[in-house]
Amino acid sequence: MSHIKGIGASSGIAIAKAYRMEAPDLSYDKKDIDSPDQEVQRFQDAIETSKGELEKIKDHALKTLGEEKAEIFSAHLLVLSDPELLQPIQDKIKSENVNAEAALDETANMFIDLFKNMDNEYMRERAADIQDVTKRVMAHLLNVTFPDPALIDEKVVIVAEDLTPSDTAQLNKEFVQGFTTDIGGRTSHSAIMARSLEIPAVVGTKEVTETINQNDMVIVDGIDGDVIVNPSDEQIEEYKQKQADFEKQKQEWAKLKDESTKTADGQHVELVANIGTPDDVDGVHGNGGEGVGLYRTEFLYMGKSQLPTEEEQYEAYKAVLESMGSDKPVVVRTLDIGGDKELEYLDLPEEMNPFLGYRAIRLCLERDDIFRTQLRALLRASVYGNLKIMFPMIATLGEFRQAKALLEEEKANLKSEGTEVSDSIEVGMMVEIPATAVIAKQFAKEVDFFSIGTNDLIQYTMAADRMNERVSYLYQPYNPAILNLINNVIEAAHAEGKWAGMCGEMAGDEIAIPILLGLGLDEFSMSATSILPARTQILSLSKEEMASYKDEILSKDTSEEVVEFVKEKTGQK
Amino acid sequence: MVEQTMTITSEDGVHARPATVLVQTAGQYKADVNLEYNGKSVNLKSIMGIMSLGIPSGAEVKIKAEGSDEEDALNAVAESMKKENLGE
Repeated sequence: MSHIKGIGASSGIAIAKAYRMEAPDLSYDKKDIDSPDQEVQRFQDAIETSKGELEKIKDHALKTLGEEKAEIFSAHLLVLSDPELLQPIQDKIKSENVNAEAALDETANMFIDLFKNMDNEYMRERAADIQDVTKRVMAHLLNVTFPDPALIDEKVVIVAEDLTPSDTAQLNKEFVQGFTTDIGGRTSHSAIMARSLEIPAVVGTKEVTETINQNDMVIVDGIDGDVIVNPSDEQIEEYKQKQADFEKQKQEWAKLKDESTKTADGQHVELVANIGTPDDVDGVHGNGGEGVGLYRTEFLYMGKSQLPTEEEQYEAYKAVLESMGSDKPVVVRTLDIGGDKELEYLDLPEEMNPFLGYRAIRLCLERDDIFRTQLRALLRASVYGNLKIMFPMIATLGEFRQAKALLEEEKANLKSEGTEVSDSIEVGMMVEIPATAVIAKQFAKEVDFFSIGTNDLIQYTMAADRMNERVSYLYQPYNPAILNLINNVIEAAHAEGKWAGMCGEMAGDEIAIPILLGLGLDEFSMSATSILPARTQILSLSKEEMASYKDEILSKDTSEEVVEFVKEKTGQK
Repeated sequence: MVEQTMTITSEDGVHARPATVLVQTAGQYKADVNLEYNGKSVNLKSIMGIMSLGIPSGAEVKIKAEGSDEEDALNAVAESMKKENLGE
């Protein structure tokens, strides 16, 4: 038995066998062979096995991701049947007496290079297809396991160094009970995806891939951030009990699904969800979200080889708006790329300080071709629901004005083209840069709303990189400096009759919620799975009482003092 | 051998999705099916072959089939081009 400590990224308990997900070693030796016919047969067998797997993945993708996403696998299958690829490989084996690995690698690379150098997006995408497919065939030739999360058909816990968004998108919830990774924190992409998939996860363990072997029994406790490897029978029993308690708690929460969020003294606040893709909307409904407070549009741009088209974006935005209906608000954040989120195809130069560099609105204002496409897609979709648009990483009023002017320009363009656009779209901004929180009063005159992005606001205010574990003690949401900035933003909004929301992890935090209620925050946006626990907590809190502590909290000296005070007043342990 | 000339009417030219359908259709027949565009001829049963031509909207292409079921193959390919709104 060994016990590993990590960060609980998504609540719940998973008990299952470990499935290690790692990139396979596909290195091979080029060899002369004795029997070309046998070698060709070996190659054809590897092709057939790969085809069988791809058929299964395609079926799975059809069911879980829809027809459009499954089509990529149809294309992969066609590559594996392509005479122009297969014939040269078999000819090479026969004429040069080389092993299938070498023939496959050399022939495929020739095609990949050819396609990569073409002046056409589609062709470059095909290069990636050929690469994907040949890796699979190569793995079969070498008899190494090619990890296919989509093909898992027994209950497992995934163990990996890190999981990319596309890895997580392939996970089948029916079998994948939970996952644990070496790196990452509560706000990393894998953590966010785990919460939207509602599977337990512990991230940032530093050592799970080193400690855990394939098929080891593993307990993942996403509530307390524990991973237990090869537990004793007593431990399994203990955690089964904890799992049952958690399920019961979830059922209690579920009763509040259709309730509105009212404090003990009858004040309504809005509890909305953060989403990344149209698929996440089910989770919003299932967890009683009163809308979408943050739609992160960068997932539309990631994991691809080219920019998404206006049409593609329009379909995604329309799907979310339609699903939320005409009342429930959907706050869309325009493209926030750069920083820790890169797009290979934009080919941005590497920077010394990416978090302080060319990202988000800074990039969009310079690359207004990209920005205008997104704005047009949003405007066209606006007639399908209650759309609000916000710009990320605004530092100056000039930037906000410029972004808004582009929006107005595209609105006018669409109208003159005869396209219908909603006239009641609110336009706001994220407050992530301390400079904007300090002079929120000036901004409040021009924006329709603020949404405070605490993950970044904290890292910029404390000058501590949130990816750097050595300075993680400075990630202090309850630091009086942060709370005073937040208060400043809320007061500025209210003075102009505008509203203020928050869309960082802090909005769903049980220490922060009473403080934020007292400061008068109007909208709390969080992971869908945090909504019902937050609603439960808010029902028991009096807004008036919390507001009476405001001055005292804001004048505390340290983060610890704030936490102690809130715990005492709200009776939390 | 049978052949037919068609004009690509789809706005995006011959792009990934309809190309997939064409290759799947041609693959169902024994006959050799080729597509000619701009002086180049490629095997219509090869997805990489078709894609490598980068056929734009408005292009004129020639489809040729040769083999025991050449008539059926040609008709089926022409039919699926129409059905996919690729050309006429």
